[in-house]
Amino acid sequence: MNTTLRRLSTVVMAMFLSLMVATTWIQFVTAGDLNEDPRNFRNIYSELGRDRGPIVVVGGEPIATSEKVDDDYKYQRTYSGGNAGAASLYAPLTGFFAVTGTYTGLERFANGYLGGEDDSLWLDRLQNLITGEEAQGSSVELTIEPKVQQAAWDALGDYTGAAVAMDPKTGAILAMVSKPSFDPNSIAVHDAGDATAAYNALLNQKPRVNAEDGKERFSTYGPTINRTINATYPPGSAFKLLTSAAAIEYNGVNPDTEVPAVDLYQLPGTTGPSGQVGNFGGESCDPSGKMTLKRALAISCNTAFLDLANEVGKDGMQRMFKDFGFNESLDIPMSTTIGEYPGLIGGENDSDSADRIAVSGIGQGSVRMTPLQVAMISAAIANDGDLMEPYLIQSVRDSDLELVSQTKPSRYKSPFSSSTADALTEMMVEVVNDGSGEGAQIPGVQVAGKTGTAEDYPRSPTLWFTSFAPADDPQVVVAVVLENGGQSTNETTGGALAAPIARQILQAAISR
Amino acid sequence: MSGLQLEEKAPTRIAEAILLLVALALGMGGMWMVGYALDDALPEGFWTYSIVLAALAFTTHIVLRLRAPYADQVILPAVVLLNSVSMAMVLRLDMSPATMMVGANAPRHIMWSSIGILLACVIIFVIRDHRSLRRLTYTAMVVGVVLVVLPLVPGLGKEINGAQIWIFIGPFSLQPAEFAKIAFAVFFAGYLVANRDTLALAGKKFLGLQLPRLRDLGPILIVWAVSLAVLIGEKDLGTSLLFFGLFVGMLYLATDRVGWIVIGLTMFAGGALVAWSFFAHVQARVDVWLDPLNPDLYERQFGSSYQIVQGMFGMAHGGMFGAGWGEGYSDRVPFAFSDFIYAALGEELGLTGLLALLLVYLVIVQRGLRHAVGVRDGFGKLLAGGLAFVMALQLFVVVGGITRIIPLTGLTLPFMAQGGSSLLANWIVIALMLRISDAARRPSALPTRGALADPAPALVGGDAIAVGGPGVGPVQAGTEAGVGRGATPDDATQIVRGVER
Repeated sequence: MNTTLRRLSTVVMAMFLSLMVATTWIQFVTAGDLNEDPRNFRNIYSELGRDRGPIVVVGGEPIATSEKVDDDYKYQRTYSGGNAGAASLYAPLTGFFAVTGTYTGLERFANGYLGGEDDSLWLDRLQNLITGEEAQGSSVELTIEPKVQQAAWDALGDYTGAAVAMDPKTGAILAMVSKPSFDPNSIAVHDAGDATAAYNALLNQKPRVNAEDGKERFSTYGPTINRTINATYPPGSAFKLLTSAAAIEYNGVNPDTEVPAVDLYQLPGTTGPSGQVGNFGGESCDPSGKMTLKRALAISCNTAFLDLANEVGKDGMQRMFKDFGFNESLDIPMSTTIGEYPGLIGGENDSDSADRIAVSGIGQGSVRMTPLQVAMISAAIANDGDLMEPYLIQSVRDSDLELVSQTKPSRYKSPFSSSTADALTEMMVEVVNDGSGEGAQIPGVQVAGKTGTAEDYPRSPTLWFTSFAPADDPQVVVAVVLENGGQSTNETTGGALAAPIARQILQAAISR
Repeated sequence: MSGLQLEEKAPTRIAEAILLLVALALGMGGMWMVGYALDDALPEGFWTYSIVLAALAFTTHIVLRLRAPYADQVILPAVVLLNSVSMAMVLRLDMSPATMMVGANAPRHIMWSSIGILLACVIIFVIRDHRSLRRLTYTAMVVGVVLVVLPLVPGLGKEINGAQIWIFIGPFSLQPAEFAKIAFAVFFAGYLVANRDTLALAGKKFLGLQLPRLRDLGPILIVWAVSLAVLIGEKDLGTSLLFFGLFVGMLYLATDRVGWIVIGLTMFAGGALVAWSFFAHVQARVDVWLDPLNPDLYERQFGSSYQIVQGMFGMAHGGMFGAGWGEGYSDRVPFAFSDFIYAALGEELGLTGLLALLLVYLVIVQRGLRHAVGVRDGFGKLLAGGLAFVMALQLFVVVGGITRIIPLTGLTLPFMAQGGSSLLANWIVIALMLRISDAARRPSALPTRGALADPAPALVGGDAIAVGGPGVGPVQAGTEAGVGRGATPDDATQIVRGVER
């Protein structure tokens, strides 16, 4: 029987070998796929069960922290210490981290740092492996200035809209406010059912907006959308800065060049009244039908810019739009929505025929941009034609407070020359000093800006103000949008409503 | 009794004592880390569990020194290692707040472990010679069949989680199949050692396979019927596979006829195929086995792949080195403390830990087989080989089910899973293995000399002489087999011939 016993022991060896191979298959070969399976709650448990790093604003105030709790998830993610008001202020930045596996905002796009899994943290992970310590996330320090953020929040009041402030010399984003906002603490609860219910409720809480046809209309965007980077609006007259930039850069126009400014502009290739565009409120820009470019921008004369865009032409307008990088997405680290322009990605729905290009000159038609992009127009002008790459993360420190990475400001695009920038600055100063943007004047500080009142029929106009200050040594760029905030009257234009809001934010940023 | 004194020149079993310390240290270290990972303190009962385990382990060590001084010195520490590591795992799951883990009960686990170890001591103490078990050949068969059928008795058995393999007596529940496997191993060993030659040699050749005579098939058909009854009546594919595999394996051991294996596997496959085509729960198991990650199978209400997929997720999360004691989410896998303790260990100890544990099992099984080769009597060879093989088979069925080599069944991991029946039965297996290893390693040309010196009746199996094998003519083998069949174990002579070493 010894022969058979030895053969049986070979069979036993083979059985054990197959068990070892099968175990290795699960734990080593296919482990990656299994770990990424969305049904594997361990992902969420292990992300939440980790001492996730805090998110900190300038001055050291943490706006997101993890606290040890005695439940399955081990740590509770808390925003602004659980204070619903303060948490809402920063919600567009932080986003939320839910046990359902949904993360948004920085919680999602800076997850590598916060969760301590980023490649740059390999040394810490190696240390943890050796010492057996639990992995700790890194703290993410933002460029956000709490004072400016608060001022923007207060200034926007009850409007549905957004405001963004940035340093034109570095691209550092100083404030990023989106209204209405939400309390991320309500979604970060450890009961998956409650979290889902809270999130779904927010998804359906789309704010009501003004409409011109008297119907009840709601915004496309709910409170969980960061309107500064993930909502697009028609830029309206604020886009005239880009049209001017193209005309000055490519066509040799200067602020004092006389441009046609008729009362009614017949779009190229059209006949009859349906192809005619007038000015805001049907007003006349100048009895002579001509005016300087500077004055045309100052009073935001539509017909002048329709003509100017037509003169620049399709190629020039598209080139300037692309030279700003508006047809590309940015990672600030959150991913931004791209802008739309006729004939470019995102603007395919519109024809790029000459009449549509002319209409785009006043930021209407199918042109759509995010508030951050409108701010970037001013940022490029303020920084002598060099557009710095916008960013939110100043630095990352590991759990031992050692610096892991620090953002070095970098040039993103150079859409035009510094002389063009100077000319545009001169024109924007005129807008504030003696034009549609007088509401943004600050005593003792020269502000440069541009208003916008964009038609969005049947909704009420969307109001804009994009600006920087001081004009001679720009420290801050501010863009404000009030979503369908106008009522097509002179009292409810971008200059009347959005400019004073921008002024308050500029003031807060300059006095910081 | 003279047996209570140390035999002269007997090994001091120092190696075993040292290995026991290592095994206990690993278990204590596990419990210590579990406590600090979950509560930042020594876990409740740490000292009780440690001292009880250590005391019992060394009691067994002393019993072995007194009663089986030549027994294998590695098997006991290996089993104590498995048992104390499982103690740490069950303790960790017991400490978990998860509602799914209310079944995890560390005090109960230590209680059954203690009873198991004590039972093993008693068996080593009482059964002086494994050959005495041969008298019980047919008693063992009856006991085995009764044990298997017990859960089907109304009022006694109850269907739990789809399988009817439990019996309830008062506050206790038992899984009789765990004990039945020992009874069957004893029966097969006794039956086969007497009938191996008839089974092997009388019969026609067909397609090159030596087929047995139909009248010799009787007991085999009974076992086949019992296995199928288990499969169909108790809905327990694993136990049925275990019995059948045990029998086919031992049949092969005894006869060296591949034909038996072919017949056995064909019959089992036929039974399994019938079960698959008639029973929805078997189909469900097979579907889940083939494609557990399929969302439809994962989410369906009955027979869902949730448990196996969660086990796989847990093991994947453990990765190469594991999450560490108490650090994983092993308490999220249903029945992590019993049926799925392998997945729980994989999550916390990683691939490294699981491979180490598999190697420990392999050492136990291979040692068992080694002593089967070493022991001198045929009954001992078959019993040791059968017990070692049944342990390997059980491990294969359990771990293979979790790692998807075969469909998942309801067997438990020996010495690891929380559950009284499994612990008691497997400690009995180890006691028998140790007893046979003592006989195998005893430095004597004549294995019965020690028994002769003892006043206790020498229950030796002269008829258990290993015969046959390569080079032995059929006539001689037939003669000896005839002697074997004619003589009852009690009046067997002690003449030892044809000893196969």
